[in-house]
Amino acid sequence: MMANILVFAEQRDGKFKKSAYEVIGAAKNIASQIGGQVVALVVGSGIEGIAGELAGYGADKIVVADNEVLKLYSTAGYSAAVVEAVKKNDAGCVLMPASFMGKDLAPAVAAALGTASATDAIGIEVADGAVVATRPVYGGKSLVKVKSKKAPFIVTLRPNVFPVPQKDESKSAAIEKIDAHISADSIKAKVKEVVAGAAGKLDLTEASIIVAGGRGMKGPEGFKVLEELADAIGGVVGASRSAVDAGWISQADQVGQTGKVVSPTLYIACGISGAIQHLAGMSSSKCIVAINKDPEAPIFQIADFGIVGDLFEVVPALKAEIKKAVGG
Amino acid sequence: MNIVVCMKRVPDTAAKIRVSSNGKTIDESGIEYVINPYDEYAIEEALRIKEKSGGEVIILTLDSSDAQPVVRNALAMGADRAVLLKCAAKPVDSLATAQALAAGLKELNADIILMGKQAVDYDNLQVGPMVGQLLGIPCVSVITKLEIADGKAVARRQIEGGEEVVETTLPAIFTAQKGLNEPRYASLKGIMAAKKKSLVEKDAQSAEECIEVLKMEIPPARKGGRIVGQGIDAVPELVKLLQFEAKVL
Repeated sequence: MMANILVFAEQRDGKFKKSAYEVIGAAKNIASQIGGQVVALVVGSGIEGIAGELAGYGADKIVVADNEVLKLYSTAGYSAAVVEAVKKNDAGCVLMPASFMGKDLAPAVAAALGTASATDAIGIEVADGAVVATRPVYGGKSLVKVKSKKAPFIVTLRPNVFPVPQKDESKSAAIEKIDAHISADSIKAKVKEVVAGAAGKLDLTEASIIVAGGRGMKGPEGFKVLEELADAIGGVVGASRSAVDAGWISQADQVGQTGKVVSPTLYIACGISGAIQHLAGMSSSKCIVAINKDPEAPIFQIADFGIVGDLFEVVPALKAEIKKAVGG
Repeated sequence: MNIVVCMKRVPDTAAKIRVSSNGKTIDESGIEYVINPYDEYAIEEALRIKEKSGGEVIILTLDSSDAQPVVRNALAMGADRAVLLKCAAKPVDSLATAQALAAGLKELNADIILMGKQAVDYDNLQVGPMVGQLLGIPCVSVITKLEIADGKAVARRQIEGGEEVVETTLPAIFTAQKGLNEPRYASLKGIMAAKKKSLVEKDAQSAEECIEVLKMEIPPARKGGRIVGQGIDAVPELVKLLQFEAKVL
């Protein structure tokens, strides 16, 4: 019998992240090549009710670790649950979203099991019977293909890169409970409070449209123009390092080698010249648009489409034109 | 308070990366090495804790002897001494790195361990939580704020669309995110003082790598450079291209 693929299906507040479905899709694809079942693990408190939904996305079996202690994320609590699920389900590979949660959890699980973990994969395939992950290194300036010499191979997948499987409402799967054997006392680092940033704001790493500004924004007020365009097209505002270092926008919004590495469908770079560190963080976007006064700006060399001009004129015009074209 | 900062030497972020002839690593010729940018936040935070609560700041790094000049830069920022765990080649594998660091940390008896959330070479974001697991102490990753009082720590860690406030017992590990602080520059006095500070080399505990790199490659260059036009007159054409050619609207 082939080993199974365990998927950590991330939920917060009783709602699955889109990336949980993306990871199940990727797991299904791997399972179709090497065999084994896709086992989805849901960790939390009061989450039994939502777990069944995962069958529709391709989970063959669903495992639930439901415990009041696991209501909020903790490295110790959640890693104990994953380790238990790995042992009970003969997992040869564990996939998780490369979210803040997944990127904290995967290494703790790998260290507990003495095995390898690969972060933020943008590709996963089977070669010679082994799972091979492709991941960016040097801030996206280079890519490596890696495999593990030990099982299970733990891989986190970058959000927004793998497609969400078509949901099949007719599918169901067995749900099994596991006990993570974790007590409140054994969790030494506890979340006391979750502080929401801008309410309901999507993180840059999850956004499919990003409107980013750089030094050309001239000041914090400049970003209002970008906010308006982003709001109109369902996007999120990002920034280059120079705009963040100038204090015009929060560090959480920085895209680049020392910021977030993003892969949206559409990246609109406004007043960004295109330093190598910035390009590293966004060059895997599907489509890049550059708006800049300087026709010699390096950003134009990698952008699919460019407009040479004053962004304070072009961006509002772009907003109006997109609304006209898409919004009816 | 014993504060240990795990530091890594990485290629300057402005460096152009080329793949070496073995097809698995980068070509290091002409590369300038710097302190990993995220580790600078960790060093700064360590110095601030020391300034407030006293103690010693020790730099711990896993590298070859070539790392000495970069480690001296950390001493010039104000760290008290450094330990270099010497290995022939830095492991690619996070777990092997974490195992070697954990062995080194056991001898240093740290109350607080700080390191960058990731090194900007392999971008793994794994070593902090792995060391925590191996030493059996908590790790709070990707922090933007840290307060130490009464033998406890309260940290803020970044999550999607917000932050978590995490309280932890000590000893603990914290991995630094940009925004935690503004790292200081080394003063001339600091640079002079750093030359006399203790930098001990020890053989690293060798650990078996479980990750195998099959291939390294440079992603294909984007075929960009299509200027649609100048100013607002080009906007309708751009929207058409986004809608019907790129199909992203």
